[in-house]
Amino acid sequence: MKFLVCISKTPDTTTKIGFVDGNTRFDTERVQYILNPYDEWYALVRAIELKESNGGSVTVINVGSAANDAIIRKALAIGADDAVRINAEDTDAFFVASQIAAHAKDNAFDVIFAGKETIDYNGSEVPAMLAEMLDMPFVSYASHLDLAGNEATISRDIEGGEEVVSVQTPFVVSAAKGMAEQRIPNMKGIMMSKRKPLNVVEPTAVEATSVISSYTLPPAKSEVKMVDPENMDELVQLLHNEAKVL
Amino acid sequence: MSVLVFAESPSGKLKKSAFEAVTYGKKVADAIGTDLVALTCGPVEGAEALGKAGAAKVLNIADASLAKFDSQCYAAAIAEAANQAGADVVVMAHNSYGKSLAGRVAVRLGASCVSGVNSVPTVDGGFKVKKNVFSGKAVAEYELKAAKKVLSVMPNTFPVEEGGADATVEAISVSLPAPRITVKEVKTVEGSVPLPEADLVVSAGRGLKGPENWGMVEELAQLIGAATACSRPVADVGWRPHHEHVGQTGVAIRPNLYIAIGISGAIQHLAGVNSSKTIVVINKDPEAPFFKAADYGIVGDAFEVVPRLIESVKTFKAGQN
Ligand SMILES: Cc1cc2nc3c(=O)[nH]c(=O)nc-3n(C[C@H](O)[C@H](O)[C@H](O)COP(=O)(O)OP(=O)(O)OC[C@H]3O[C@@H](n4cnc5c(N)ncnc54)[C@H](O)[C@@H]3O)c2cc1C
Ligand SMILES: Nc1ncnc2c1ncn2[C@@H]1O[C@H](COP(=O)(O)O)[C@@H](O)[C@H]1O
Repeated sequence: MKFLVCISKTPDTTTKIGFVDGNTRFDTERVQYILNPYDEWYALVRAIELKESNGGSVTVINVGSAANDAIIRKALAIGADDAVRINAEDTDAFFVASQIAAHAKDNAFDVIFAGKETIDYNGSEVPAMLAEMLDMPFVSYASHLDLAGNEATISRDIEGGEEVVSVQTPFVVSAAKGMAEQRIPNMKGIMMSKRKPLNVVEPTAVEATSVISSYTLPPAKSEVKMVDPENMDELVQLLHNEAKVL
Repeated sequence: MSVLVFAESPSGKLKKSAFEAVTYGKKVADAIGTDLVALTCGPVEGAEALGKAGAAKVLNIADASLAKFDSQCYAAAIAEAANQAGADVVVMAHNSYGKSLAGRVAVRLGASCVSGVNSVPTVDGGFKVKKNVFSGKAVAEYELKAAKKVLSVMPNTFPVEEGGADATVEAISVSLPAPRITVKEVKTVEGSVPLPEADLVVSAGRGLKGPENWGMVEELAQLIGAATACSRPVADVGWRPHHEHVGQTGVAIRPNLYIAIGISGAIQHLAGVNSSKTIVVINKDPEAPFFKAADYGIVGDAFEVVPRLIESVKTFKAGQN
């Protein structure tokens, strides 16, 4: 089995957010970047587990600049066999999906994993676009995935519960919590990751279809109103009369 | 030209999110000065009611292969319906349907796509629409450059408006690929409101000490008709089911009321709840970071405050009847 895992980088949630160039561009100065948790903890680890039990290989792919090599090496240290970096800024989801699709078309992957969304822009767009470009079935927000031969049984999160589906390879799946447990790279993995192949590929010519024109900060939250813990009648009145939610 | 809204109907029923999407779609159609057409796929009851929320007409594709969800078949159906209706803009809810479909439909139509939007687009000087990014720490305005657009709208953002009249439902047929996904089972919790769709949510964290103490959380939730939620460590240790976990790595919600009991308010927790319209925090530690994100704060022991709150709600409800 050949597994492909799409990995992205994202600012750590605790990072302070700022903008430059008249609030048209995200300020990347001093930003601490991490591997997107859904890609790292769930998609990548499940792919590695399946390789360990079924044989095969795990390739990670990222669309981004050389600055991303650190997070790609981390994925290799966790246990991916090799990596591909498409050498281009990830301008929009359509651009990213087009690049990954161009690479996947020639490489006959059996399962293509992605995260359910990136935690910075929360798109949930790349995996769906990729599936459409590759004419493959797509299961989103998967919390369990078992593979028997060419048939996968997958549970996916839906509103207030889950749906269990089966699908034949090849397919695209986006991973949510539950699919695997986070793995911390060990010393051996980190040493080996330095020697694993990281192939840099030039992008195919595609135009982004959307662009962020400006950023604004959300309106400031009004001061918290403290309520006496002895007086819950007052809270109920505030929720009824002022907040109008009860 | 028109706007097409995909209104999902799991098990043949239109949910609140579908009416919200139509309500939003009507605002989009008004902004660009055109009509709104709603689309339902597979079996559906009461589709004419989508007219009340603003659909000028409702299309239905009654194909048997749409009775169960396969993103590929649904995307083909929506894209073809958009073409038949001459729609330049396709709208859907940013839920388990929209998250599987928006990107697929956009690729099929050659459209620009923005998911999880929370504003009505502006159309002077380019088609622009906003969404929250960076865990609610900023708002980004996107410009969609392609002639066609796909938007998925954040749930609980545009309350359902039902001023209009029933619409006529027209069956259309489209050619669809054979489903390649077999839905074997759909497990949903009966009777309760799914968390992502709940207007009111009562949530608790590690401050409650153990699963045996959730009785008061459930009682409060039931009294006010709320869904229950929890912080991540609570789900991780199995005190509560995983689908109740809210936050950056769990479900993101934006109810009208979020009551947080014994939750510290870590940034990763806030990431999933800070778009809630009203936040009440009950915590015994006055320094808990959650108070900074709260509208109403109560410093006190949950084991005393929550039973008191339950009594006050009961008195209030009794007074209302
Ligand atoms: C990458 C990453 C992703 C994460 N994703 C999430 C996520 O999605 N969701 C999430 O929730 N967390 C997430 N976390 C974890 C998060 O950082 C916090 O550790 C977690 O939210 C803390 O949960 P808690 O508030 O229930 O527990 P604690 O931090 O232990 O807080 C318990 C609170 O209860 C109060 N308390 C104790 N006893 C009482 C009492 N008797 N009455 C009233 N109050 C009391 C305490 O004062 C304290 O504030 C993530 C962490 C990381 C690193
Ligand atoms: N630049 C990128 N390179 C590789 N994969 C990506 C990139 N951006 C997003 N992805 C994948 O697509 C998933 C969803 O991203 P998004 O649609 O942007 O929310 C991520 O979790 C990744 O698996």
